Amino acid sequence: MAEHTIKAFDEEIDRLRGLIAEMGGRAEAAIENAMLALQRQDKVLAAEVVEGDKRIDAIEAEVEKLVIQVIALRAPMANDLRDVIAALKIVSVVERIGDYAKNIAKRVPLIATNTRILEPISLLPSMGQVAGEMVHDALNAFAARDADLALAVVERDTVVDDFYNSVFRTLVTFMVENPKTISECAHLLFIAKNIERIGDHATNVAEMVYYAATGQTLPERERGADMQPEN
Amino acid sequence: MTEEQTKLAIENPKMSARDVKVFYGEKQAIKGVSIDVGMDHVTAFIGPSGCGKSTFLRTLNRMNDTVASARVEGEITLDGENIYAASMDVVQLRARVGMVFQKPNPFPKSIYENIAYGPRIHGLAAGKADMDVIVEKSLRRAGLWEEVKDRLTESGTALSGGQQQRLCIGRAIAVEPEVILMDEPCSALDPIATAKIEELIHELRGRYAIVIVTHNMQQAARVSQRTAFFHLGDLVEYGVTSDIFTNPRQERTKDYITGRYG
Repeated sequence: MAEHTIKAFDEEIDRLRGLIAEMGGRAEAAIENAMLALQRQDKVLAAEVVEGDKRIDAIEAEVEKLVIQVIALRAPMANDLRDVIAALKIVSVVERIGDYAKNIAKRVPLIATNTRILEPISLLPSMGQVAGEMVHDALNAFAARDADLALAVVERDTVVDDFYNSVFRTLVTFMVENPKTISECAHLLFIAKNIERIGDHATNVAEMVYYAATGQTLPERERGADMQPEN
Repeated sequence: MTEEQTKLAIENPKMSARDVKVFYGEKQAIKGVSIDVGMDHVTAFIGPSGCGKSTFLRTLNRMNDTVASARVEGEITLDGENIYAASMDVVQLRARVGMVFQKPNPFPKSIYENIAYGPRIHGLAAGKADMDVIVEKSLRRAGLWEEVKDRLTESGTALSGGQQQRLCIGRAIAVEPEVILMDEPCSALDPIATAKIEELIHELRGRYAIVIVTHNMQQAARVSQRTAFFHLGDLVEYGVTSDIFTNPRQERTKDYITGRYG
């Protein structure tokens, strides 16, 4: 894209995009590490995820400040306006994604090392991976202003929803058969729900990216069949 | 580009231009512009210097007639009547299609006389009492009455720049125009005087068809409901103002309004 006549405007936009790229990378890593900590029962790694969320929150605050400054000083128009508004909305969503990853990590020490629950735990990493990839792609789409990639993320939301429903059923069955694991499995249910929410939020980011890139809003999408009410 | 954003059909347009071309000698300044202007909207013309927006504005009340080398082709109608027809009375036309200029240009006469001059030569007032009514009504509509009612005999040139510009708008209003053309009416004014003119434009909307040429895109965004972007003599894009400023269809429009032009 051609440069602005006022160079400082380009620098601010670049800084904004850089901050969002960093934030997205950190959220993605937080999801990955939280899942890894869960699998390995690694409390140290889990604590790192919790600690790392502070930086994600700090970036959100920094982006908000910068967006307000750009709107006040540059009066952005057209695609610039859509970009900065999308940036503002995206950071609040990515901040939530970071919170979900942190929430997963916080549960790791609560799940006692118990070989009996290794089987249900093994259901979660692939679900986490899909959600993590959605976050990754949604933010890459923002960086590249790629409407098609954003659309592909939106379409993948049902995959996570279906994953969630399957995990839910499996965990309930497992709890019925192994009542002593109910406490741990309840935590796993919440973790599955958190991952499902991460997928939803990645989809929201993708919708914002689509609008920023094209100026068109996506029609209200079909929700995946979800046996749980939205929370 | 969709048809609606190039032409933006307006029901019962007040003025319509079809394939209008303007030449200054050999040089072509406007390259076939078609546009409708309605009563319900303020229409803003934007574009870089030399794009033809002021030239085009001036074709709407034949101000270009005063430029010896200027030649206009195509058709411009006011209520369906061709304004370039031989039968058109140009003095009458300019009363119906009034104009406000970049620099306030009150007559070096009293405030009262600045307003009364037009109605008098057009024979709109039956007597002094009648004229007093017209002067008060025009100054009220121009948002100036409260500031000048006790000094109507003072010179119009003694007013502040912003007041002078509102006086000029009052002068245009006094002859009961149908269309008011404004050529960068705020470029010589400070922000507060500018805000007063913008508020005035907002109040006058609906009563007159208003067309404003402005270099200030924020101003176009604030005061207009329709925006036309001119570039190198072409009408590049014409659309609903909020669409033009959030999601322009044309690359050239986007580059201009986002500050990427040239």
